[in-house]
Amino acid sequence: MHITVYIPLLIAALAPAVVARAARRLPPRPAAWALLCTAAVATAGWLGSLALLAFATLVQIPGIAREGHWSPQLLRAADPVFGPVGVLGALALAASAAALGTAALRQAAAHRLARREVRRLPSGGELAVLDDDTPDAFALPGAPGRIVVTRGMLRSLDHVERQALLAHERAHLAHRHHRFLAAWRLAAAVNPLLRPLADTGAFMLERWADEDAATAVGDRTVVARALARAALATAGSGARPARLAAASGAVPQRVRALVAPPPAHRPLPLLAGGLVLAVSCASLTSAASDSDRMLDTARMPACSHVEAPGNQDDHRIGGRHHDDRDEHPQRDSRRACGGEGPDSPEHQLPAWEPAADRGSPVPRPVH
Amino acid sequence: MSDDTHADGACGALRRPRGALESEVLAALWAADSPLSATQVREALSGDLAYTTVMTILARLHDKGLVARHARGRGYAYEPTRDEAAHTAEQMRSLLERGSDRQATLARFVSELSRQDEEFLQRLLTGQQEP
Repeated sequence: MHITVYIPLLIAALAPAVVARAARRLPPRPAAWALLCTAAVATAGWLGSLALLAFATLVQIPGIAREGHWSPQLLRAADPVFGPVGVLGALALAASAAALGTAALRQAAAHRLARREVRRLPSGGELAVLDDDTPDAFALPGAPGRIVVTRGMLRSLDHVERQALLAHERAHLAHRHHRFLAAWRLAAAVNPLLRPLADTGAFMLERWADEDAATAVGDRTVVARALARAALATAGSGARPARLAAASGAVPQRVRALVAPPPAHRPLPLLAGGLVLAVSCASLTSAASDSDRMLDTARMPACSHVEAPGNQDDHRIGGRHHDDRDEHPQRDSRRACGGEGPDSPEHQLPAWEPAADRGSPVPRPVH
Repeated sequence: MSDDTHADGACGALRRPRGALESEVLAALWAADSPLSATQVREALSGDLAYTTVMTILARLHDKGLVARHARGRGYAYEPTRDEAAHTAEQMRSLLERGSDRQATLARFVSELSRQDEEFLQRLLTGQQEP
């Protein structure tokens, strides 16, 4: 708990930028999956660690500690989380959860909109052509998804280039790329540090569809040409004004990647990344079990205090645990207390109440 | 779409599903300036499809109402039906122009270009066209 709880946070903060950089050197398909896994693990680690930090601090609030029959003093003694850090964790957790909720609602609304647009399209086949001179092409996910292309786009390409365009959009739909995008956006909403995953991810999905299209038409340079022509036609139409940025945009990078030899498969970065993600998961699990143990420790003395007067009854109530009590005194005293943990409050009442019925002084489990 | 997994409609140098062939024929008709005969469609598709395949696809597109045909000579000339496409384009325009919502659901074929990008792509295209 001392260090382990911070490791997933550290990985969530540092991994995205590193993984995003490394992913660009990988073939697009494994790269996209690596970015997706990173987003999932980093988000889980981020939320999980914040939750543990927040929890460790919240249980020390006297009211909450009383509810859980924990000793605030013992919690404080066992708990390595510095108070303000826990409060910060709680605030960050609340902010992350709120951002996740908002982003999820927005995604759902956008998804519904896309489905409605798909239903609006003229039926028949995968391709829907819009009678519009502005060059444009995109895939609309749905069941089934549709490829939407304007007449302007079709006219600016020759036959094999059109074939490449269709194969590209078909790849987006076939591999359900919109789900990748949605996952990355949600992750970036939870933790803005994951933004590079979403940006690189969107690029890698385009690369993935480009390579799929290249396989479909049997020629990578055809896809490069189709991209170049489509981009120039779009820029020339004035529909989307040229950017002022000096940096090379996504299309030239895609074109360069298609003109260069196909990216070689590299298992090493994937292995290394997998290892780091595994460390994040292991740290979170370890921190969670530490947190659990801390609650056990904080609860034990409170119970032994209560049990003292009614030790005979303990055999009746908790008699079936008699044997393993010798081996796990700490665990058994928790059971004799009646509670399996904070998540089973209904088990706590019967064990407390007989003690009260006997009229024995039941000290509040607050020290 | 349901035919996508069938290979029976595929022929030519590259095997591709019938749904994909329909899209290509439809795209070729939209890209043309005037109605095309089946032979012209076949030429527009680089001639890598059998004539009968082209005829079958045109018949299917016609059945779906995506393509209209007029008698020309001994056969037909085909052109895409425009009404619905124009109507849909009007409806879709709001979607296309809606900023952030659009990003959530659509992946565009090409993104915007900077001036340097444009020059690079121009050079690439002219370089490839003049071997």
